[in-house]
Amino acid sequence: MLQHMLLNMEETASVILFGIGFTILLLHQNLIKKIMGMNIMDTAVYLFLAAKGYINGRMVPIVVDGIQDVSAYINPVPSGLVLTGIVVSVSTTALMLALTIRLYERYGSLDLDQILLRVKEDERT
Amino acid sequence: MSRKKDNYDSSHWLKFKKWINGDVDLLAQGMEAWMPGQETTGADHSNSSRPGNQRLEIYEAIREEELKNLPIFAKGFDKSVAHGLDFFRKAYRFMSVLLCAGIIAVLLWTVSYLPIFGNAGNPDNNEVSARYIEKGLQETGAVNIVTGMILDYRAFDTFGESCVLFIASCCVLVLLRIDAASKDETTKKRRKEAAYDRLYEPKNDIILQKCACLLVPIILIFGIYIVLNGHLSPGGGFSGGAVLGSGLILYLNAFGFKKTERFFTEKVYRRMTLCALTFYCLAKSYSFFTGANHLDSGIPLGTPGAILSSGLILPLNICVGLVVACTMYAFYTLFRKGGM
Amino acid sequence: MSFVQNFPFFSIIIAMFSGILSSVLSGKKARNLSLAAIGITGVMSAAVLAFCVRTGESYTYMMGHFPAPWGNEIRAGVLEGLTALLFEIVMFLAVIGGLKYTAADVEESKQNLFYIMIDLMLSSLLALVYTNDLFTAYVFVEINTIAGCGLIMIRQKGRSLSSAIRYMILSQLGSGLFLIGLSLLYDVTGHLLMSPAKEAVAVIEAAGSYEVPMLVITAVVSVGLGIKSGLYPFHYWIPDTYGYATPTASAILSGLVSKGYIFLLIKIFYRVLGRENVVASHIVNVLFIFGVAGMILGSVHAIAEKDTRRMIAYSSVAQIGYIYMGIGLGTEAGMVAAVFHIFTHSATKALLFISAVGLYEVSGNKKDYLSLRGAGNRNPLAGVGFLVGSLSMVGFPMLAGFISKLLFATSALQSPHKMFITLIALAVSTVLNAVYFLRLVITLYRPTPTEEEHETVKKAVVRKSSWNLRLAIWCFIVLNVILGMFSQPIVNAISNGLMMFE
Repeated sequence: MLQHMLLNMEETASVILFGIGFTILLLHQNLIKKIMGMNIMDTAVYLFLAAKGYINGRMVPIVVDGIQDVSAYINPVPSGLVLTGIVVSVSTTALMLALTIRLYERYGSLDLDQILLRVKEDERT
Repeated sequence: MSRKKDNYDSSHWLKFKKWINGDVDLLAQGMEAWMPGQETTGADHSNSSRPGNQRLEIYEAIREEELKNLPIFAKGFDKSVAHGLDFFRKAYRFMSVLLCAGIIAVLLWTVSYLPIFGNAGNPDNNEVSARYIEKGLQETGAVNIVTGMILDYRAFDTFGESCVLFIASCCVLVLLRIDAASKDETTKKRRKEAAYDRLYEPKNDIILQKCACLLVPIILIFGIYIVLNGHLSPGGGFSGGAVLGSGLILYLNAFGFKKTERFFTEKVYRRMTLCALTFYCLAKSYSFFTGANHLDSGIPLGTPGAILSSGLILPLNICVGLVVACTMYAFYTLFRKGGM
Repeated sequence: MSFVQNFPFFSIIIAMFSGILSSVLSGKKARNLSLAAIGITGVMSAAVLAFCVRTGESYTYMMGHFPAPWGNEIRAGVLEGLTALLFEIVMFLAVIGGLKYTAADVEESKQNLFYIMIDLMLSSLLALVYTNDLFTAYVFVEINTIAGCGLIMIRQKGRSLSSAIRYMILSQLGSGLFLIGLSLLYDVTGHLLMSPAKEAVAVIEAAGSYEVPMLVITAVVSVGLGIKSGLYPFHYWIPDTYGYATPTASAILSGLVSKGYIFLLIKIFYRVLGRENVVASHIVNVLFIFGVAGMILGSVHAIAEKDTRRMIAYSSVAQIGYIYMGIGLGTEAGMVAAVFHIFTHSATKALLFISAVGLYEVSGNKKDYLSLRGAGNRNPLAGVGFLVGSLSMVGFPMLAGFISKLLFATSALQSPHKMFITLIALAVSTVLNAVYFLRLVITLYRPTPTEEEHETVKKAVVRKSSWNLRLAIWCFIVLNVILGMFSQPIVNAISNGLMMFE
C-alpha cells in the first residue's frame, strides 16, 4: 500500500493538499484564509488531473511533424478539464473576494465569527 | 535544567500546546487590520475599537437573551454554547485537525488503489483520447490537440465556462459598482473612499512609467500572439486573455485612470463582452445545431498549421480572449475603485 | 430527426442568450426578456415532454459533430421534460409574484443584473436536468452556485451579505468534493459522458477491481451534492439565506436550486454509478440517516423560530430530509416518492414564500408571527394561499403533500429493514410540521386585535395585493391541487422516466 502511494506520488501529494484546503475552507474563521483554502483545494484537484493525464516518456499533445500516433502524446483530456476548472476557480475566487471586501467595509472585520456577531448587534440596534 | 526551562517558554511545543488549548491563535496574528479612520468615521460601529473581552460580554448578553426567548424544550441545544466559548473553541480546533486527517486518510486509502502514475495502460488512456490524438488534426484542424478538444469536441463545457466568467463579473458588478445615482448610505460612504483612493494614485512615478512604456507593448503583443496562435501552439483564449488583461492593469497602474478611461470605459466593456459572447453563442449554436441534425456545417478547416485554419476555433479564441481580458481588467478596477 | 428534439438544446441556449443580452438592457426590458425566455422554454419543455410521452422513449442529442464518447451530449426523456416544465412554471410564478419587491429591494441601476442571474439560473437548471455529461454538470453546477449567490446578495441589506458568504463557502465545499469525485471517476473509468461511464462502471464492478475507489467516489459525490442541496448537518446556511433574500430569490432558491442538485444526484446514481451498486455500497444508508435526522431536527428548529420566513426556511431543511430519506430507501418506489416530493416541495415552498409576502404587506412588514395575527382576514387571498401551502406541507388529503407522504409510506413497506424507522419518522415529522404550521395558520385567522395591534393594522396599508402577486398565488394553489388530485399520471410518468434512466 505504501509502495503504491509512493508510485502515485503526485496523486498522494494532491489529496493531502485537498484535505488541507478543504479543512481550511470549512473551519478557518478568517475569510481571506478561507479563500486561500478554496484555492488550495481547487489547485489540488488540478494537480491530480494533470498527474492523471501524464504518461511516461511522451510529449505534450501538440502535433509535431505530422506524427499522429497515440504512443507519441500524453492524454489531452485532463489538460482540457484543468483549463476549464481554472477559469471556474478564478470566477469563484473573484466573487468571494468581492463579498469579503463588502463585508469588511461594513463590519470592519475579516473574522466570520466577528462578522456574524456584529450582524446580530446591528439587528439589535 | 533551568536553561531548558527558559527555552521552553518560547518553544514551539508550548505554542502548539497553547494553540491546542485555544489560548492563542498562531495563524491569526496580523490578519485583522483596521481601516484607517475607522475609529473616527465609523460611527455605525462605535464598538469596533473595543477590546476583545468587552465584545465577548456583548456576545454573552446576546446569547443570554436568545436563551430567554427560546421555548423551554429547545434550550437544551444551546446550553453548551452558553457554558463558554472556551470549550467550544477547543473542541473546534480538535475537530478541525481530526477532520483534516480523516479526509486525507480516506483519500490516501483511495489513492493506494488507483492506477499507477504515468502508465500507458491506465483506464483513462482509452479510445476517447486515442481518437483526439489520431484524428483531431483532420476533424478540427487544430495542431494543438487540447485546443481542438475544448473548442470543438467538448465545446459545450467551454461555453458554460465563459458563462461562469460572465456571471461572476456580473456578481462583482452588483457588489462593488458604485452608482452615481444611488442614495444608499453605504454606497455614499464607499464613493467617498473611492475618491480618496484616487488622491493617492501614483500619477507620475517616473520609474514605473518608463518601465511600463517598455513592457506594456511587449505584454500586449505577446498576449495577442498567444490568442491568435491558440490552435497552433500552447495557449489560447483564456491564457492570452489573462496576459492581455495584466498588460492593461500595468498600464493603468503606471498612468492612472484618466488615461485608461479615454479608451476603456464601462460602456466599452459591456459592448465588447456582449459582442464576443453573442458571437460565441451564435457560432456554437450553429455548429451544435448542424452537428446534431447531421448537416454539413460548411465551415472550411483550412490547412493545418496555417494561421487561418481550423474553422471556428480561431474566432472563438479571439472572442474568449476579449472576454477574459476585459473581465480581468474589470475585476481589477472594480476592486480598486468600484467602477471603470 | 424530429424538430422537437432540438428543443432541450434551444431552451438552454435561449436562457443563456437572454442573460447575455440583458447586460446591455434596462431593468424593465431585461425583466420582460427574462419572463419571455422562461415562458418560451416552458413551452419547449412541454413539447419535449409530449414528444417523449408519445414516442415512449428517451433520446440523446449531440452537442456538435461528434458522437457519444467524444463529444458533449444532452439527453431528454419523460422525467427530464417533466422536471424542466415544473421548474419553469415555478420560476415564472416566483418572478411574477415578487416583481414589486424585486423593484424595491434591488437598486434601480442593478435591476438588469438581477434578471441576468435569473436567466443564467434558468439555463443552468435546465442544463443540470438535461445533461448527459459529468463535466458539463460540474460547470453548470458552478453557474448555478454563482447565480444563487448573486440572487441572495443583490438585496445588500441586513444579513444578506453575510448569508451569501456562508452560502458560497458551503457551496464551494460541495463543489470541491464533487470535482474530486469526478476526477477519481474519470481516473478509473476513462469517460466523462454518462452512458459510456456506466458501461465502464459495470465492467469494473463485474471484475471486482477498484472497489475502494468506487466506494469513495459514490460517497464523495453524494456528500458533495448533499452539502450543496442543504442536507441536514450542512444546512446552516439555509435559514439566513432563504430568510433574508428578496421574495423572488427566496422562492427560487428554496424551490429550485437545491432540487437541481438532487435531480443531478439521482441522475448520477441511475446513469453512472448504477442504482444497485449504490445500494450495495451502503452509501444510501448514510443518506437515509441524515435525511431522517433532517426531517425531525429541521422541524424542531422551525418550532423554535419566531421569524416566519426563517421558520419556512427550516421547514425546507425538513423537506429536503424527506427527499433524501426517499433516496436512502434504495428502492424504486422510494426514488419515485423522492422525485415526486421534489415536485411537491418546489410548488409548495414557493407558494409559502410568495403568499407570506402578501401577509407581511398587511402587517406593517413585520415578519415575526405575533405581528401576523389576523393577517389572514386582512388579506384573504394570501391567507388562503398560506393555508393551502401549510396544509400541503402537513399532508392534508387532496393536496400535493399528502400524495408524497403516501408514496413515502407505501415505499417504506417494501424495504423491511428501514420500514419501522421510516414510518416513525414520518409520523413524528408530520406531527411537528402540524405544530408549527397550524399554529401559524391559527394565528393568521385569530380575530380580536388588541389595542396595540390596532395600531399596526392602521399603520399597514390595508388593501389588496398587486395583481401579479394575486395571480402568482392563484396559480400556485392550482398547481398544488393539480399535483394532489391528478397525481396518478404524474407518478406513472416519474416511474416511467426513472425506468428510462437505466
